[in-house]
Amino acid sequence: MTQNSDEKTGLVGRIWRSINRGPLYPRDDRERKWVVVNNLILHLRPLQLPRKSLKYTHTFGLGGMSLVLFLLLAATGILLMFVYEPSPEGAYQSIRSLENQVLFGRLVRNIHHWSANFLIAVVALHLLRVYFTGGYHVPRQFNWIIGLALLLCVLISNFTGYLLPWDQLSYWAITICTGMIGYVPYIGAWLQQLIRGGPETGQATLINFYTFHTTVIPVLLILLMAWHFWRVRKAHGVVYPRSPGEEREAKPETVLTLPNLLLREVVVALCLVAFIMVFSLIFNAPLGDAANPGMSPNPAKAPWYFVGIQELLLHFHPLFAVVIIPLLAAATLLLIPYLDYGDDTAGIWFMSYRGRLLAVIAAITALAVTPLWIVLDEYWLDLDTWVPGVPSVIANGLIPAGVLLAGLIGFYMTLKKRLSASRDETIQATFVLLTVAFVVLTVTGVWFRGAGMALVWP
Amino acid sequence: MSKSRKKTSHTKDPVLPKAEPVSAENTPSRRRFFWQVWLALGGLAVLEYVWLVVEFLRPRAMSAVDEANIIIAGPVERFEPNSVTAFQEGKFYLSRLQNGGFLALSRECTHLGCTVPWVADEGSFVCPCHSSAYDDKGEVLSPPAPRPLDLYAIRIENGIVKVDISKPLKRSAFDYAQVMRP
Repeated sequence: MTQNSDEKTGLVGRIWRSINRGPLYPRDDRERKWVVVNNLILHLRPLQLPRKSLKYTHTFGLGGMSLVLFLLLAATGILLMFVYEPSPEGAYQSIRSLENQVLFGRLVRNIHHWSANFLIAVVALHLLRVYFTGGYHVPRQFNWIIGLALLLCVLISNFTGYLLPWDQLSYWAITICTGMIGYVPYIGAWLQQLIRGGPETGQATLINFYTFHTTVIPVLLILLMAWHFWRVRKAHGVVYPRSPGEEREAKPETVLTLPNLLLREVVVALCLVAFIMVFSLIFNAPLGDAANPGMSPNPAKAPWYFVGIQELLLHFHPLFAVVIIPLLAAATLLLIPYLDYGDDTAGIWFMSYRGRLLAVIAAITALAVTPLWIVLDEYWLDLDTWVPGVPSVIANGLIPAGVLLAGLIGFYMTLKKRLSASRDETIQATFVLLTVAFVVLTVTGVWFRGAGMALVWP
Repeated sequence: MSKSRKKTSHTKDPVLPKAEPVSAENTPSRRRFFWQVWLALGGLAVLEYVWLVVEFLRPRAMSAVDEANIIIAGPVERFEPNSVTAFQEGKFYLSRLQNGGFLALSRECTHLGCTVPWVADEGSFVCPCHSSAYDDKGEVLSPPAPRPLDLYAIRIENGIVKVDISKPLKRSAFDYAQVMRP
């Protein structure tokens, strides 16, 4: 580091050295370490990591892909802000002129749109990857919580951005979703008006959403991401991969982050950018007719990642569909790292061979039961009429929720007794069951619901 | 190594050097008191900021709509009994019932807030979003709507129907007391 400082350098060289005091092109391992430690961004990464955790199928690069998508979204989002006008009169027209009159305007909007949608999918897969490789045990417990906060921010960011084009699709999706908030007991109406900025979706809603979308959430995301990455470094990289039954190595063979990890990450990033580019060239982001508060489209659906909750609304009393079930799901996710687990299975896909078998059984059960229940409830089950004289919140809320909960407990006990699974494996199987059920609900809502939200064949 | 709960160096938290133990016994009470005061003041500052944010986000339109917002619908005779007339600007329907009484019904579905069109052929309001249906009194014909359409207050002065759209009135069921007779 100091070996060059005595050499006489020109003005450009001196300025460069004042900015970047280390070697620009590291030639040996010592200099590579220097670069990682002394670079503001790189120093968030671990200096070195076990060679085995480089394996692509251990992480699928999903965390890095999330970051790349965020950067793409930031870059295109800033461009869009130059053209976009956040008012009900101007918003739709500004998107129209962006698409027709601005050089590459449509492409930039497409990249923003598709990156945002892929980001939801990628962070969801990232969560599943971390869960199924046991990446939430000590010392990574709290990083799971930070990850959930990041997930929430990504959802809010996507949801607030959904309104901005101010077309029929976005206007009514946001009206419906904020309408769901009205069912929160006691504070629902107040909360709904706070989010909308008034009694209905309008100018105040647009400016609220625009501010959250372009400043509050991006800043939160950047801070939380830095914290998230730094915690990974503090945990000595990602969870160490193992095969079922394999013991931890006391001293695993390590390699340097630069170039081993960084090079792999850059490859994944470039492939992803190329993919998004091609995808955005082929598929256009949708833009319907301008928003018309006087006419709801048929059907009116929430953004796809909330359609699962909208589907729940068709089967449960709103208090259960909008408040109790999502709150229980959130509490479950928050509790996952703090449950009392028996065996040390961190780093093993699905804990064990039996864990894998149980996960498959759970997935098949959910794939069979959820559609069956949806169809039965649509054409046959009618608890409000069958149980007369009882408020709907019990007849169509507590009773079906209780039945499903009993089914879940029965599933849990069966796995435990009949297949002599450990508690850890059974908890994981239950998680699989609920996740697959939610995916089925979302798929049903997106593709199998037509006019008037009736079941249709896509 | 056995497969049991044995913890290895990877899962162990780092051992910090022992510091002077700080506990309630050896902290001077004055210092503890000031620490608590600072903590309380800090908490208060955070609360104030939250309050400020909520005030900024609070519905801005509300202050402007304190006074009545009256829409003049027209003379009583213009509305046939058994008819429903849409008022785009006021976002309501004026429904004249069989007995000649008037109801001003909000066009907002009570389920999730979609706009319900009047389907004259079926004699009902049918929501396009989740197929809730209401009759001409705003009563729920088919769920998922949880309650009848909201009402607006009606005044009839000198044979002219006027609707106050400043505040929708929520109701759990239809009642003939809600009908305004000319």
